[in-house]
Amino acid sequence: MYAFEYQRANSVAEAASMLAANPEAKLLAGGQTYIPTLKARLAQPSHVVDIGRIKELTGIEVKAGVVSIGAMTLHAEVAESAEIKKAIPALAALAIEIGDLQVRNRGTLGGSVANNDPAADYPAAVLALNATIVTNKREIAADAFFDGMFATTLAEGEIIVRINFPVPKRAAYSKFHHPASGYAMAGAFVADTASGVRVAITGAGASGVFRWKDAEAALTRNFSDAALSGIAVNEADCIADLHAGADYRAHLAGVMAKRAVKKITG
Amino acid sequence: MNKIEFTINGKKVTSQVEGRTLLVDLIRDELKLTGTHVGCDTSQCGCCTIHLDGKAVKSCAMLAAQADGADILTIEGMAKGDTLHPIQQAFTECHGLQCGFCTPGMIMTAAGILKENPDPTEADIVKGLEGNLCRCTGYINIIKSVQRAAVLMKA
Repeated sequence: MYAFEYQRANSVAEAASMLAANPEAKLLAGGQTYIPTLKARLAQPSHVVDIGRIKELTGIEVKAGVVSIGAMTLHAEVAESAEIKKAIPALAALAIEIGDLQVRNRGTLGGSVANNDPAADYPAAVLALNATIVTNKREIAADAFFDGMFATTLAEGEIIVRINFPVPKRAAYSKFHHPASGYAMAGAFVADTASGVRVAITGAGASGVFRWKDAEAALTRNFSDAALSGIAVNEADCIADLHAGADYRAHLAGVMAKRAVKKITG
Repeated sequence: MNKIEFTINGKKVTSQVEGRTLLVDLIRDELKLTGTHVGCDTSQCGCCTIHLDGKAVKSCAMLAAQADGADILTIEGMAKGDTLHPIQQAFTECHGLQCGFCTPGMIMTAAGILKENPDPTEADIVKGLEGNLCRCTGYINIIKSVQRAAVLMKA
């Protein structure tokens, strides 16, 4: 690891001013991606601003049909939350599929969403549930947030405070784990929401998480797994790497979407 | 440098650490608690698993400075004098180890699993140990050890 100065912020305002003071300062949330990144010397921040203990970034609240989750909420907390299990069981079920037990005890919702790893799970939930990302500066709709692999529309110095998930009528997530890393080779989050059926695919897209609009249209006409037969994710838009080719991932995304629908319809 | 204070295996510790010092390096190099192992450089093997405020975490995937104020338990804190912790006892009885390198991490993660779920199924144990790699045993005896530990801990 390259040397850096560690700073612990006690409030969002303090974290923002620490970031503003040093152009090469970076935020540290749960660190389950960032610390391995630092260890591999893939990043060289001048300052690391720890936001993991900021009280205003925690807490789970359900009201008026919205589940509002603080950015520093741990994956394990989402997985175990009775309120989330009741309001959006698919979201709690997704959280238990993230990483491993130790990662779920440190990793955070906000960290995962801000990192936008193309194989991460939460971005699929955020996009399919039409969530709103609340930052220290504004509110960003999920459709305007993810901006390609490891990229988002967060501005320099902007900090995710909470994510608000509207409660869907019904939803499910289905994921094919990479057998070694546990990351999604492909994952599909299907949600029947107030703003229509939304299908988000993670793990497969060459530009990160994306909405599979053909599947949304098909499910709007007929909400059944059979409705997805005969349509396919465009393999030209999929990742090809040592783990799987683009054609495999495109097919797998379709299989995961069908399984997610099947989980809902039974 | 950052001044940190925390409790480890019941003992209060104060230290000065660089920002980039990993918690596992502080535990091993400064506190000389070398039961916590480093088996990889990518935070994948789980050998460095400890309990931080009662939860199993990888001590190689956090900075020492992040542990300020925490209550830490390492493998050295499991046995009571010469009496092994039931999970340690179960690993010896069921041959849950060969070379033993992954064992401290396996035991600390198993303790995390059993704390949340005192009566895990085989599938619960397999899922719980996803973050711990063993290159000797093929995991079968590790799973048996955790099942045995669950029985011993209820006795």
